[in-house]
Amino acid sequence: MARMNVNPTRMVLTSLKRKLTVAKRGHKLMKDKRDELMKQFLELARENKVLRESVEKELMEVYGSFAIASAVMSPQLMSEALMYPTQGVDIDVSSKNVMSVNVPVFAFTAEEAEGANIYPYGFAGTSGELDSAVKSLSRVFPRMLELAGKEKQADLMAQEIEKTRRRVNALEYVMIPRLTETIRYIRMKLDENERGNQTRLMKVKDMMVQAALIERRKETEKALEEYH
Amino acid sequence: MYKIGVIGDKQSVSGFLAVGLSVFPCEDLEKAKETLQKLIDKNEYAIVYITENYCKEMSQEFEKYKDSQLPAIIPIPGMDGSYGVGVGRSKKAVERAVGVDIIYGNQE
Repeated sequence: MARMNVNPTRMVLTSLKRKLTVAKRGHKLMKDKRDELMKQFLELARENKVLRESVEKELMEVYGSFAIASAVMSPQLMSEALMYPTQGVDIDVSSKNVMSVNVPVFAFTAEEAEGANIYPYGFAGTSGELDSAVKSLSRVFPRMLELAGKEKQADLMAQEIEKTRRRVNALEYVMIPRLTETIRYIRMKLDENERGNQTRLMKVKDMMVQAALIERRKETEKALEEYH
Repeated sequence: MYKIGVIGDKQSVSGFLAVGLSVFPCEDLEKAKETLQKLIDKNEYAIVYITENYCKEMSQEFEKYKDSQLPAIIPIPGMDGSYGVGVGRSKKAVERAVGVDIIYGNQE
């Protein structure tokens, strides 16, 4: 792993060490977040799967009954019957925070006209098949809404997991090794400097001792000469 | 307050009128794409259901709005049955999150 291009000084070393601690703590937190997200996501995905399968099945049944109704009734009559719905559906979107992912929550309010039922037509001109088709559709509908909410949540969570995982990997395989490597490099360099200094000092001391010795020897010789 | 839109071939979607959704029958793919874009631009629709016979060709649009909070674009089977688009989408989400698909795997 490539080390960073920094000056090998004590100050840089300290700041890098601090960075490493932060990176390590961040890595741990991110990892925990990823694990928890994953857990919740998988739960959601399983629920989602069951829900989608059942909604699809029910919808197919609804289509079946609509097909029967349209076989019994003329197309004009059919579209006329469905033309003016008695209930308008509005949905309220609030947002919920799941592991720092903002997911929309759909709540629907059906505005029904006073005393009206779900059938937007009079019973005279329509067949009973259409009634049951509409009824079963209005029964599936809340589940379709739930499905929409769950699928959106799954998408958003998948995105967040991907992001978090990328961060975890970047910290684990790039940031932390690089920091460790650089810290090691600086420490080696500083140690090396220290040793260099030590030897230099020893050498200087040697030279000084040598010089002092020669000086002393000269003095002794001078004294001896004077004595003779 | 948001509304719910349904895009699809006329046969499949006309029923949704009865429960109070906004229905946009489209006879071909181009029209469906156009309608979807219009609905998204309007910013009034929180959920848009699209029948699968159209949305199997609309993966680009799906990708684009996958990561935004609204709208939720959800495939539903049409009159002619499910093409597995909806399931495929959830499968992709799992693959994206986990790396491999561990939930829908042994289905096909």
